[in-house]
Amino acid sequence: MSEHPFLQLTGVSKYFAGTRALESVDFACERGSIHAVLGENGAGKSTLIKIISGVLKPDTGSISIDGMPVDYASPADANAAGIVCIFQELSLVPDLTVADNISLAQPPRRFGMIDRRAQREIAEHLLARIKCEDVDPNALVRDLSLSRRQMVEIAKALGKRPRLLILDEATSALTRNDVETVYGLLADLRQDNVASLFISHRMNEVERLCDTLSVFRNGRHVETFAKGEKTDGQIVRLMIGREVDAQFPPKPAPTEHPAHLRVNALSWEKRLKGASLTVGRGEIVGLGGLDGQGQKELMLALFGVLRGVEGRVEVGETSGVPGDPAIAKQAPRRIALVPEDRKTEGLMLPMSIADNLLAASYAYVSVGPFISPALESQAVSEAVARLQIKIGDPQDAVATLSGGNQQKVVIAKWLMTDPDVILLNDPTRGIDVGTKQEIYRLMRRLADEGRAILFYSTDYAELIGCCERVAIMYDGAIVAELTGDAVTEEAIVAASLNIHAGAFGVTQ
Amino acid sequence: MSSKLANLASSIRQNRAFAGAVLMLLALFVLYNILHPRGFSSAVLIQNANESVAIVFVAMAQTIPVLLGGLDLSVGAVMTLSACIASVLVNGSPLQIIMGMVATLLAGTAFGFCNGLIVVYGRLQPIIATLATGAIAMGLALFIRPKPGGDVDGDLNWAVTNSLWDFVDTYGFFDPDAAWFAPVAWIPVPLLIILVFGAGVWLPFRRTVIGRTIYAIGSAEGAAYMSGLPINRAKIAAFTLAGFFAACGGLYLAIQTASGNADITQAGAYTLNSIAAVVLGGTSLLGGVGGALGSLIGALILRVISFYFRILSIDPLLQPLVEGLVLLAAVSLGAVRVFRIKNRLDLFR
Repeated sequence: MSEHPFLQLTGVSKYFAGTRALESVDFACERGSIHAVLGENGAGKSTLIKIISGVLKPDTGSISIDGMPVDYASPADANAAGIVCIFQELSLVPDLTVADNISLAQPPRRFGMIDRRAQREIAEHLLARIKCEDVDPNALVRDLSLSRRQMVEIAKALGKRPRLLILDEATSALTRNDVETVYGLLADLRQDNVASLFISHRMNEVERLCDTLSVFRNGRHVETFAKGEKTDGQIVRLMIGREVDAQFPPKPAPTEHPAHLRVNALSWEKRLKGASLTVGRGEIVGLGGLDGQGQKELMLALFGVLRGVEGRVEVGETSGVPGDPAIAKQAPRRIALVPEDRKTEGLMLPMSIADNLLAASYAYVSVGPFISPALESQAVSEAVARLQIKIGDPQDAVATLSGGNQQKVVIAKWLMTDPDVILLNDPTRGIDVGTKQEIYRLMRRLADEGRAILFYSTDYAELIGCCERVAIMYDGAIVAELTGDAVTEEAIVAASLNIHAGAFGVTQ
Repeated sequence: MSSKLANLASSIRQNRAFAGAVLMLLALFVLYNILHPRGFSSAVLIQNANESVAIVFVAMAQTIPVLLGGLDLSVGAVMTLSACIASVLVNGSPLQIIMGMVATLLAGTAFGFCNGLIVVYGRLQPIIATLATGAIAMGLALFIRPKPGGDVDGDLNWAVTNSLWDFVDTYGFFDPDAAWFAPVAWIPVPLLIILVFGAGVWLPFRRTVIGRTIYAIGSAEGAAYMSGLPINRAKIAAFTLAGFFAACGGLYLAIQTASGNADITQAGAYTLNSIAAVVLGGTSLLGGVGGALGSLIGALILRVISFYFRILSIDPLLQPLVEGLVLLAAVSLGAVRVFRIKNRLDLFR
């Protein structure tokens, strides 16, 4: 053993446009260790990873490997040093084959040309190692499911012979079997003295796998300790820096809500299999379950995006699945959808804040065929004030705003259409705690105004804190509905896995 | 064995657009020969091949920037510039002729290299950068050849625009009537040029890291960067190779017409037809999908369509109109996939 840790960061800071992402971070990572990095969104975890893996350069401070200072110019340099990262946003090229992707940067060559047979053999070997023999090395990555793509990503990382493997939420889209395989793989790598950095929001994963934990908060490295030194409660307090309470606005006393949105036996392709639920006026209904169980498709179907949807949908007195978002948003349905990916589906990033706010409601600010500048600026300033969006000039590109403010723009855009039904697809993903709390309060206010709200979240705490009723999806259908005091983390986790409560270890 | 069959099947499925283009070309070409009074003869094939070489090379040139997700509006102009250079240099002693051809190809390649440098280090969109450099190429071409004309070696002209028999006969390599030579003597030299230069350069290139990086950039540039691929080098290489192919087209055009002509209208038409050929050949204008062989087929389809006007008595005035309609119909076939899409959001991906 060498006296130096494998990787050492000293005094590393990173700023983006004046805001601090990392502040004088000292961090070390030992060989043969599985090291968890914990922290809220915006705590600096992804910046840390990007700096370690050569995507970003630190503004100050130094990095050393094996005690030798290093300074990478690109991810390729970091790869060459043995640092391999499995990114949350996949780094696969969709139009190339699995085998091409696995040896993308360093393919086997014969006479200067890529040796496709050798490449295929490498792919087969690596896929077999992660028990993915069912993946055809000649298939295009575009044609694979998300979970298979993630496994290909892992195979690709393995092929680079890592000395430090970074997994950034790399198990989020995997099936349970795949997760077990990855666990086994990490244990093998530890035997081979490979260091792993493991970023996950699933505490049970962290408990099971990791031997060392580091907590980040607000761009600072708070503490590093061995597993078992602290209780879950202590860890959570370290992560958020205060007690977990008063995050959510108080719930109103339970009342009967007249059903406004009624969905019956909704089916589409193989992703929705007879989903049924109702949402009343003045009610926030949570939509839970593991990622990718059809929650997104349910919302898209209700909003008229999908073709060939079967089943019944009624909004108030109107029945039928809307054929188009343009129809869905109009009277008499008045549906609004805050989509999953705000950067591609929610916003037109290069366009101005004002244009984005008005994108769904030009009809309300037009006189005849012309957009009225006076109505336009009035509507924009009302929307900005209503959601307290922090902006400079409404004519600035929306891309210049922070994530939380961008999400507020998306929500404000839809509130301008005065919707009766609001579908929220994970609206708090990747935004800061303060804005989250504002969104929770806003949701409660909107419900109190008599709107029907369907709220999908990957964060169980949000569902528990915000919703009177939570519907859990599994494999394209609603498998459980929890009401009132029955909305607990245990019950949600159990229902999400489609098992009875108590059979599965529960975290937090 | 069955796995090989499965591989073939999945390879055809993945290259559906290319397979469709090949079928369309075969159908059009067979029908053309049936309708032609002297169909299925070497003479017709030679004539057709001759008239196809330039557009085939220009279409292959266009393919590579398109795979990156860009467009190269200078390919027609680079072809014209190369033709004008060739019309000055390709004559004299055999050595001079060879040097002249090499110089022509190098000039076009260098021009493409400059395009690449401008796109990468000038951080310009390819379409606008090449609009400007295309005009520069035309300016240089006009400077070299203010009036149409030139002097290209006559033997060379005869040898490369006819059958292999004539090629061997012209240069007297061996007795062209030798019995062993008979089975291949009828093959048109231009067809061989297309195959040797087109496939011989493209297929190996596609299997280099640079070649694959071009696909990766067009498909997902962010992922390509995160994978540590040589992005800038690949972009420069793409435009350089485009320049090379455009120069091949220009060199052949000069030899075929035994002259050079800095014709702005013709250069523009070649550029636009090259884009049509790329799309017909199954390459996505969004980048990442397709290949230069598809564009080779696409260019041949465009040419065959125009050949029909010779044998069918259609008013020549109607030619652009009919060509436009046929092109629209052919390209629409590629849009059939839209009907299979169930999630409308996928339409925008």
